[in-house]
Amino acid sequence: MNERNKLLVLFAHPALHKSRVNRQLISAIEAVEDITFHNLYEEYPDFHIDVDREQDLLLSHDIYIWQHPFYWYSSPSIIKEWIDLVLKHGFAYGRTGTALKGKKIFSAITTGGRREVYQESNMNNFTIPQFLAPFRQTARLCNMIYMPPFVIHGTHLLTEEEIRKAAMEYRKILISLRDQIFSDEEIWNCTYMNDLLELTQK
Amino acid sequence: MHSQDFFYQAIIFLTAAVVSVPLMKRLGLGSALGYLLAGVLIGPYFFKLVGAEGIDIMHFAEFGVVMMLFLIGLEVRPSLLWNMRRSIFGLGGLQMLITSLGIGGISMFFGMNVLQAITIGLIFSMSSTAIVLQTLAEKGLMKTQAGQGSFSVLLFQDIAVIPILAILPLMANQVRARSVDMHEPVINETAVSALPGWQQVLLIVGLVTLIIIGGRFLARYVFRFIAQTGLREIFTATALLLVIGIAVATDRVGLSPALGTFLAGVVLADNEYRHELEANIEPFKGLLLGLFFITVGSSIDFHIFTDQPGTVLGILGILILVKFIILLFLGRFFRMRTGQEILFSFALAQSGEFAFVLISFSSQNAILPEHVSGIMLIVVALSMLVTPLLLIINDRLVQPLFIRAQKEHEADEITEQDNPVLIAGFGRFGVVIGRFLRANGIGATVLDSNPDNIQFLRKFGFKVYYGDANRAALLEAAGASKARVIIVAVDDREQINHIVEQVQRKYPHLKIFARACDVRHSFELNDMNIAGYRRETYDSSIDLATKVLGELGFSRYQANRAARSFRYHDEIMMKELHQLWHEDKRRYINEMRRFTQQLEKILISEKDHVLHESDHAWDIESRREEIREMYEMLTKDNEGEKDQDKT
Repeated sequence: MNERNKLLVLFAHPALHKSRVNRQLISAIEAVEDITFHNLYEEYPDFHIDVDREQDLLLSHDIYIWQHPFYWYSSPSIIKEWIDLVLKHGFAYGRTGTALKGKKIFSAITTGGRREVYQESNMNNFTIPQFLAPFRQTARLCNMIYMPPFVIHGTHLLTEEEIRKAAMEYRKILISLRDQIFSDEEIWNCTYMNDLLELTQK
Repeated sequence: MHSQDFFYQAIIFLTAAVVSVPLMKRLGLGSALGYLLAGVLIGPYFFKLVGAEGIDIMHFAEFGVVMMLFLIGLEVRPSLLWNMRRSIFGLGGLQMLITSLGIGGISMFFGMNVLQAITIGLIFSMSSTAIVLQTLAEKGLMKTQAGQGSFSVLLFQDIAVIPILAILPLMANQVRARSVDMHEPVINETAVSALPGWQQVLLIVGLVTLIIIGGRFLARYVFRFIAQTGLREIFTATALLLVIGIAVATDRVGLSPALGTFLAGVVLADNEYRHELEANIEPFKGLLLGLFFITVGSSIDFHIFTDQPGTVLGILGILILVKFIILLFLGRFFRMRTGQEILFSFALAQSGEFAFVLISFSSQNAILPEHVSGIMLIVVALSMLVTPLLLIINDRLVQPLFIRAQKEHEADEITEQDNPVLIAGFGRFGVVIGRFLRANGIGATVLDSNPDNIQFLRKFGFKVYYGDANRAALLEAAGASKARVIIVAVDDREQINHIVEQVQRKYPHLKIFARACDVRHSFELNDMNIAGYRRETYDSSIDLATKVLGELGFSRYQANRAARSFRYHDEIMMKELHQLWHEDKRRYINEMRRFTQQLEKILISEKDHVLHESDHAWDIESRREEIREMYEMLTKDNEGEKDQDKT
């Protein structure tokens, strides 16, 4: 058996009590072994992020997930604050900033728009991976491996049953990443991380 | 006294106290009444366990009153005393004047001569410092208008005893040096009284100056020196020596020892060893005061009472009624709020321990005939016995009337549901909490013992229970068994701790959040394992400081972040300090000194420590350097190439 990866979910939702999907996602993965659930708005309600603590968390994990609803084609603001503060020069980038070299990172996003509207010719004009370009480049500057996003589309229209199903998929994907089920190529070939599950079904 | 007698007596007194005081406390009647009843029971009329020697013990036990005034002094800063001057001399002076005239007039009506009438008037105008302050403090009412007023009046009476003792013998035309005193149990003859008047005055002024200078500048070093020995009992001995020494010295120059120790307390109120002094004197004061109450109880001569019950009860009734009416009038005149002036009047309507002094003094000076002073003694003792009962009547029957009257007015606004939150104490701290919770749609039930607040609260539709949150019955009535959270927001640390203990014992399911008065108190609360606590002035201090930073040129966001960094830093410091506090507590005596040193160290380390580590992310200095270096290297390489070209 391969050695297990340790996963760190960097979660951000400013109004979790109003969320339908993210709450389900959390309860699906919260108790899984070797997955650390880290709720940024809960830990830092005043945005006063403890940089040393966050850096220690990063060092003790192998794969990071920015999990959040997709707000204005990006993340809720605390994720940006987290990036500004934690990914310091000399730690994450720069000549001596190699602490995160080789670590893997991806976004797990929920969005109200269906996949069709995130197309070049459609309402939102860009695809999700295109919107995520700043995150990808941030990861790259820090010498991290940026992986395709996990996306749940059309959240407003989902039934409770469908949400539960999506949550189980999320859980499966995180566990497969933890246990190193898929090769790097298999992951790279996906547009969305969600597509990995089709591989297992085949 | 044989040591066996001593131990025998100790057993009687201690048993009486141990049996009756917890019983009375449990019934919500206060400790003073418990002690008094214990005294009555062991006295000559009932179990006959204590006879004439009770009076001697009373003289000794009065020292408890002296200690109490020292402790009260420790709580009163000089500036506070100055602010109260109008209340002390105006309210206190008028109280004595009008009451003396009123009671004197009545005495003349019953056939006393002018001298006797004045004497009786003065004696009965005195109230009991011991009972009133003890009871009010126990109920947490010292800081109310009524509490402050009572304190002023009692302080004035304390001052007034001295000239009265001087004038009475003059009036009786019997200048005898031998002073029999209640309040001066330590020594009985004043060596200075033989000196001419101006020398006496000089001595008094000298002593007061000595106390002030000694207390302000010298005491600190003496205490530090003693503390360094690390022996707790030596510190206790020093504290006792201080109080007794000042009592004796003030007595020698002809001042009341109670007044002298009170002054010493005031002078030491700013001293960093204040808490240690309090902790050391407190148990002695408590025991002596208890002993004093017991002896008062045992001194009540029920034979006189059974011989002429009509006379005794009549005088008692008139005394309390007259004093009550005059106090009520004064309370109104000095603009006390509704309810407060009634508490004030009930509290001071008795006669007190000064009366004992003055009665025996005037019968010795042959001003009062024997049978009159006998009746007066029992009336005074009975009036003291009745006081806690009067206060209970006020608490349970009279004050609720005001509240009910308001309730009927605005009954429609009161929602009768079980609120999830109880707030004990609704002063400036509790009010903000209550408003905040209400703004978020969370109902809170309020417990408060200040009737002033209640009127105000009703207006805003709070569900209010009047009374002391320490009382189990009140907690139950307010819904403690159904609530989820209790917030203890009263302003006295002792009371806060009491309530916390009480709630933890009886309602273990209730999550307790408490107001911490200062750093040390927050440690105490931390050790009690409650759900949360907050220092009462901490956050507002930081908020204000943040505004100041803004004024000094910080951008608002920078100032705001500085505040958050400071909070974070403070939290870590407090944890360290808490640990040190624990270590020091085991060593007892160095506590205060070490604590101050630690605080100093922290303050110094903060000075050199810029609290902006987390802001390095926005600090581009390191990146700028790296880029400059790279640029320099590139240009150097270019120059090198040029050099090569030349060769």
